[in-house]
Amino acid sequence: MMSSGVIPLPGLVAAVAAAVPLAVVNWHSVLFLLFAAVACACAVAVVLAENVVRMAFYLVLSLAATAGLFFLAGAEFVGAMQLMIYVGGTLVLLVFGVMLTAQAPFVAIKTSAGDRLLAGMVGAALLAVLLQAAFRVEPWRRPAMAAVAAPAATPIGMALLGVRVDEPAAGVPTAAVRSGYLLPFEIVSVHLLVVLVGAAYLARAKRRRTPRSIDVAASSVGPVVTAREAARSSASALVSGGGR
Amino acid sequence: MNTLATGLSFAATPLVAGLFDAPVGVAHYLVVGAILFTSGVVCMALKRNALGVLMGIELVLNGANVNFVAFSSPYLRGEGAASLGLDGQLIALFVILLAAAEAAVALAITLNFYNNHATVDIDRADDLKG
Repeated sequence: MMSSGVIPLPGLVAAVAAAVPLAVVNWHSVLFLLFAAVACACAVAVVLAENVVRMAFYLVLSLAATAGLFFLAGAEFVGAMQLMIYVGGTLVLLVFGVMLTAQAPFVAIKTSAGDRLLAGMVGAALLAVLLQAAFRVEPWRRPAMAAVAAPAATPIGMALLGVRVDEPAAGVPTAAVRSGYLLPFEIVSVHLLVVLVGAAYLARAKRRRTPRSIDVAASSVGPVVTAREAARSSASALVSGGGR
Repeated sequence: MNTLATGLSFAATPLVAGLFDAPVGVAHYLVVGAILFTSGVVCMALKRNALGVLMGIELVLNGANVNFVAFSSPYLRGEGAASLGLDGQLIALFVILLAAAEAAVALAITLNFYNNHATVDIDRADDLKG
């Protein structure tokens, strides 16, 4: 996008196409690069954006591109769940939160330059450590592209029911005990129910209570407010007496 | 301008060719996961809007999910490398579900805070400060 101002873009595309014959292009790699670039660029944009509405939009793009990465890695069921639950559910919830709280002063809350610098340094250090760890192990860099994977939706469903029908991991004997995921599945389902009931209870509609309205409500009660006024005046007398 | 384009394409040719026909390994996915994770951590530390902090948490969980899926993938596994098999995908599913639950509760808390304090600036949430 940036180079289109300097270099004619069709010429660059033609040059790249001439340099890379279409037959040897690994489309898996090309699609990976596309999705990875979108995911990383939008994740960085979430950090850099000041406006909370734009942050939500970039987050949607980043998570959708990550779902594309899951599809490319052969985890089609996880990718579909990512799109349906994350992008379609969690982020819609977040966008609702943004809209409910998007009063003008809170749409863009500035961070100080010192905090930005510090966070950038810490982030760069963390990224350096993680990248070093990613490239350290040799087998992680040499993929076996000849592998053919069966669709994973049925084994995942069976594993959630407590029965494992998938191939055991390399190095694990077939007869070894392999547990299914029935108990975690049940725990997560009850957990979701409890959490959603609790969230609905927490976020239920009620009268807004600002400190002023609390004072107004308290002033209608006679003895309490006189006691409070007395305490306040005695406290101020103490303070002014201490100042003297 | 045209010579600049050809010079740039010549310089970029080995890099571009290597990018487009080299197979993708686990390390590529780990790089993407690292960038997502770091962005999320910086977002959590930097944003003063409570919803911005929530978005940082989502990014962190997503970066971890990318790693789980990469380690469980049958396509990316190197020779002699251990693989998580189906367990990685199942863990990723559980992470997605728990992230949904966490987002619901955190959003409810944020709305409650907004109702009580009329702001979402987390620097103003200092009622418990001694």
